[in-house]
Amino acid sequence: MGVDAESQFHVLAVDDSIIDRKLIERLLKTSSYQVTTVDSGSKALEFLGLLEDEQSGSDSPSVSSHAHQVVEVNLIITDYCMPGMTGYDLLKRVKESSSLRNIPVVIMSSENVPSRINRCLEEGAEEFFLKPVRLSDVHRLKPHIMKTKVKEKKRGEGQEEEREKCPEGEVQSIGKQQQPEHQSSNKRKSMEEGLSPDRTRLRYSDVAAVV
Amino acid sequence: MDVAQLKRQLIAFTELLYREGFLDEQFNQLQQLQDENNPNFVAEVVTLFFEDAERILNELANNLDQQSVDFKKVDAHVHQLKGSSSSIGAQRIQRVCIIFRTVCNEKNVEGCLKCLQQLKHEYALMKSKLETLFNLEQQILAAGGPPSI
Repeated sequence: MGVDAESQFHVLAVDDSIIDRKLIERLLKTSSYQVTTVDSGSKALEFLGLLEDEQSGSDSPSVSSHAHQVVEVNLIITDYCMPGMTGYDLLKRVKESSSLRNIPVVIMSSENVPSRINRCLEEGAEEFFLKPVRLSDVHRLKPHIMKTKVKEKKRGEGQEEEREKCPEGEVQSIGKQQQPEHQSSNKRKSMEEGLSPDRTRLRYSDVAAVV
Repeated sequence: MDVAQLKRQLIAFTELLYREGFLDEQFNQLQQLQDENNPNFVAEVVTLFFEDAERILNELANNLDQQSVDFKKVDAHVHQLKGSSSSIGAQRIQRVCIIFRTVCNEKNVEGCLKCLQQLKHEYALMKSKLETLFNLEQQILAAGGPPSI
C-alpha cells in the first residue's frame, strides 16, 4: 500500500449543521480523504444506495442495493442529534444492511452522555467523538478504514463464490464483522465485556469456517 | 502603519479576545486548518456562523413572541446555536446558550427573553470583534503582500 493511500479513501460525513459540515470536511480533506457531505441521515442512505423501502438485509436480496451503490464509501462519520433520522438511526440502518454493514461508522456529538455513547458503540459504531471534532480525532479514523481495506483485498474475488457456498443463501452470514478486532484498541469504548458474544462474533467465525 | 506594527496589533488583539473569553482554543484549531490552499477558511466558517446565528436569533424572537411558547422549538434552536458557537470557539455565546437551555427547561418565558437579549448582545460584540480581527488581517496582507513566515 502506497504512502498516499489515504487519497483513495472516501468518507461520507453527515451533519445537519452547515458549520459543522464545513469543519469536518476541512478536517478530513486536510487528512487527505475524499469527502462527501450530506445534511441528513436519509440523504446519506440515498447516497449509499439504500432505498427507502429496503428492509433489513435479511429480508431483501442485496442485488438491488448493489446496483445502486455506485460510489464506494470507506467510512461514515455522522452527527448524533439530527432532525428526522438521528445518527443512531443511521448507524442502525447501515449495520442492518447486508451491503453496508462493513462500512465503519463513527458518531459525533456535542453532548457527553455515557448511555448514548454506549448505545452507539453497542450498535457497532467504531468511535464516538465529542464535538468540536479536532484533527487528533480524525487521525484515529485511519485504523478503522485500513482494517476494512485489508479485509476487502483479501476477500475480494472470493466474495461471489462464497455467496453460492453459503448453505442458507443468506448474504448476511458472510458479512464482514469487525467489532471483535476493534474492541481492544478502542479507548472510548467503555463496555467491552458487556457486548453480547452471540451478536456478531458468531457470524465472523462462521465466515472464517467457510473460507 | 507598517506591517510589523499591524502584526503586533493583531497579536495583541487576538490575545485580548482569548482573555476576555470571546474566543477559545477551538478558534485556534480553525486557524490551524487554514493554509495557502485554503486561505479563507476561517473567514468562511465565521461567515457561515454569522448567517446561521442571525437566523436562529430571529427564530427565537419569533418563538418567544407566541401566545403559547413552544419550548421544544426554543430548546432546539438554542441547542443548534450552542453547537455552532462551540464549533468556532465562540465561548461567551456558547455559555449563554447553556444557561438559556436550563431556563428553557424550566419553561420560564421571562428568563428565556432575558437570555435572548444577552445572546443578541454577545453576538453583536462577537461579530464586531471578529470583523476587526479580519480587518487587521486584510490590512497586513495588503501592506505586506503574501503573508511571510
